[in-house]
Amino acid sequence: MKRPKEAFADSASLAIDRLLMEQIAPGSRVVDLGCGVGRLPAMLADRHGCRVLGIELDEAAVLEAIGRGVSVLKLDLDDGLPDLPDDSFDFAVLSQTLQQVKHPKRVLEEMRRIAPRALVTVPNFGHWKIRAQVAIYGRAPVTHSLPYEWYETPNLHVVSMRDFRDLATRLRFRIVKELPILNGVAVDRAWAANLRADSALYLLERA
Amino acid sequence: MSSLLVPPTTPDDGSVGLSETQTVELFQPPQPLRTAGGVDFGPIQVAYETYGTLSAQRDNAIFVCHALTGDAHAAGRHSPEDKKSGWWDGFIGPGRGLDTDKYFVICANVLGGCQGTTGPCNTNPETGEPYGLDFPFLTVGDIVDVHAELVRHLGIEKLLAVIGGSLGGMQVLEWAAKFPAMLRSAVVLASAANLSAQGIAFNTVGRRAIVSDPAFNSGRYYDGEKPRYGLALARMVAHITYLSEASIEMKFGRRLQHSDRFAYDLMRETEFRVESYLHYQGKRFVERFDANSYLYLTKAMDYFDLAEGRGTVADAMSATDARFLIVSYTTDWLFPTSQSREMVRALLKARKDVTFLELDSPYGHDAFLIDSELPKLSAVVRPFLDTSLESVRKRTEPRPSGSDPGAAPVLGRPLPDGRGSEMRSARTTEVER
Repeated sequence: MKRPKEAFADSASLAIDRLLMEQIAPGSRVVDLGCGVGRLPAMLADRHGCRVLGIELDEAAVLEAIGRGVSVLKLDLDDGLPDLPDDSFDFAVLSQTLQQVKHPKRVLEEMRRIAPRALVTVPNFGHWKIRAQVAIYGRAPVTHSLPYEWYETPNLHVVSMRDFRDLATRLRFRIVKELPILNGVAVDRAWAANLRADSALYLLERA
Repeated sequence: MSSLLVPPTTPDDGSVGLSETQTVELFQPPQPLRTAGGVDFGPIQVAYETYGTLSAQRDNAIFVCHALTGDAHAAGRHSPEDKKSGWWDGFIGPGRGLDTDKYFVICANVLGGCQGTTGPCNTNPETGEPYGLDFPFLTVGDIVDVHAELVRHLGIEKLLAVIGGSLGGMQVLEWAAKFPAMLRSAVVLASAANLSAQGIAFNTVGRRAIVSDPAFNSGRYYDGEKPRYGLALARMVAHITYLSEASIEMKFGRRLQHSDRFAYDLMRETEFRVESYLHYQGKRFVERFDANSYLYLTKAMDYFDLAEGRGTVADAMSATDARFLIVSYTTDWLFPTSQSREMVRALLKARKDVTFLELDSPYGHDAFLIDSELPKLSAVVRPFLDTSLESVRKRTEPRPSGSDPGAAPVLGRPLPDGRGSEMRSARTTEVER
């Protein structure tokens, strides 16, 4: 079984990490849900002086994160986050993980509880290539950014930018920023973003 | 299933080799220990062992807190002929969980114990007789007081880490609450901020077994027959709580010891293998442990409550800036994962750096002591300690104009307020910010 963070090419996930860092003020308290090997929290701590905590279920990834000096809790996001007190962080990050949890709505609710701001990146299943594979070939999609066959994918949920916007609003989040990511590059605005973006980054605030 | 890639270690590769228990007398007049029970007690002899080398900066010391019936002999062998090595030998040594190539490891017997540190079996200088039940009531706080004094005596102001499992983990928490500036990190294994009612219940049965042994004689048994049936029974009961349903099943099942058939004999005590095993454990325990110590130490364990007198657990932890590593085991029902997670919650509430893992093991509470489980534990503890030391050294790197942190500090015991010399004090302010 591949680890969650390997669902995306390394260079792409590095680009996303950098993008996330730009959204987080130095010195913030940050929790990274599904932190994998702890690359993002380690960078936030080293370069931004952030107080960081990672949450990760995969034991080997947890050990690697510890080796990066990151404090990490080995927990299952699907059990909720009862160990994390209300408002204990400035930012809650959920990067390329939303589509892999069983209860995305519950995880987002927990994020809203533990931090006033949330950063979420989601793969965009509204991308035209994905739509084309389903519509024309009648196949479950396999693309560069979503390289899994349907029977081995860690991605449990199919979500597009439009879908995510709806859910965020329903959970009383205000969408402060929506950055579509095209070929690994974030753009402020894109023509027909829901067709063209591989993924998108959202900065959310409690409405 | 765990996917840890840990190279297997052969039993003797990576051992600290020969080790030796040393003793020192602390709390000599006029400075006795004021116990939690309000008694002035001293002098106190402390038995301890050390492994590895203290760095010139004195920043690599790790204090190991032993559990209920442990002792100072944590690693190595006392002589080449020794069949048994120290109780945590698989965890302490070159390249092991506590890597003695990098760290200076200290382990000391607890106050009230019976393996070198002053306890009920030692002679009361006022009467010339063993203390017995005249030994003062003691708490986990008192135990930690004595160990903190030992660490100061060794010339160490701040430990890189305090680590322990079970009752040892309680001591680690107490260190963090009582001496918040004396540790940079805290490693708490299979433990809790207090003992559950279930744990108290089992301890009660153990104590009852001891005091109702006819040989107990109000604790005055040292020159005659000892309450060995009571103590053995106490150990048998306790031993069950250290195992898990799965590990008992795996190890013994319903198998019989000497035969394939039942003997239909009520008085045969060792018919099932598990019976035989428990009797053996009880018998062996009596040879090495004092019944009065067992009474005192289990009571200290029952009394332990980190929040007591400090508000909440979060309040108790508020003063330290130590990083925490909390580890629990899936099949531990004496100190269940839920109690570890309560600690995690409290630490996060107190805004502490905390790392938590529940490790998968069939061995129940004992897992942190079982050789085959130690590589997994090492894989967690080693990077945690390494990054702790790295961050200390990063913070104390010489500034362009600064002093030389590599230079040995002035030897000798530091003053109680931590100012040993100008050089030490300059370095300390940098470290402790």
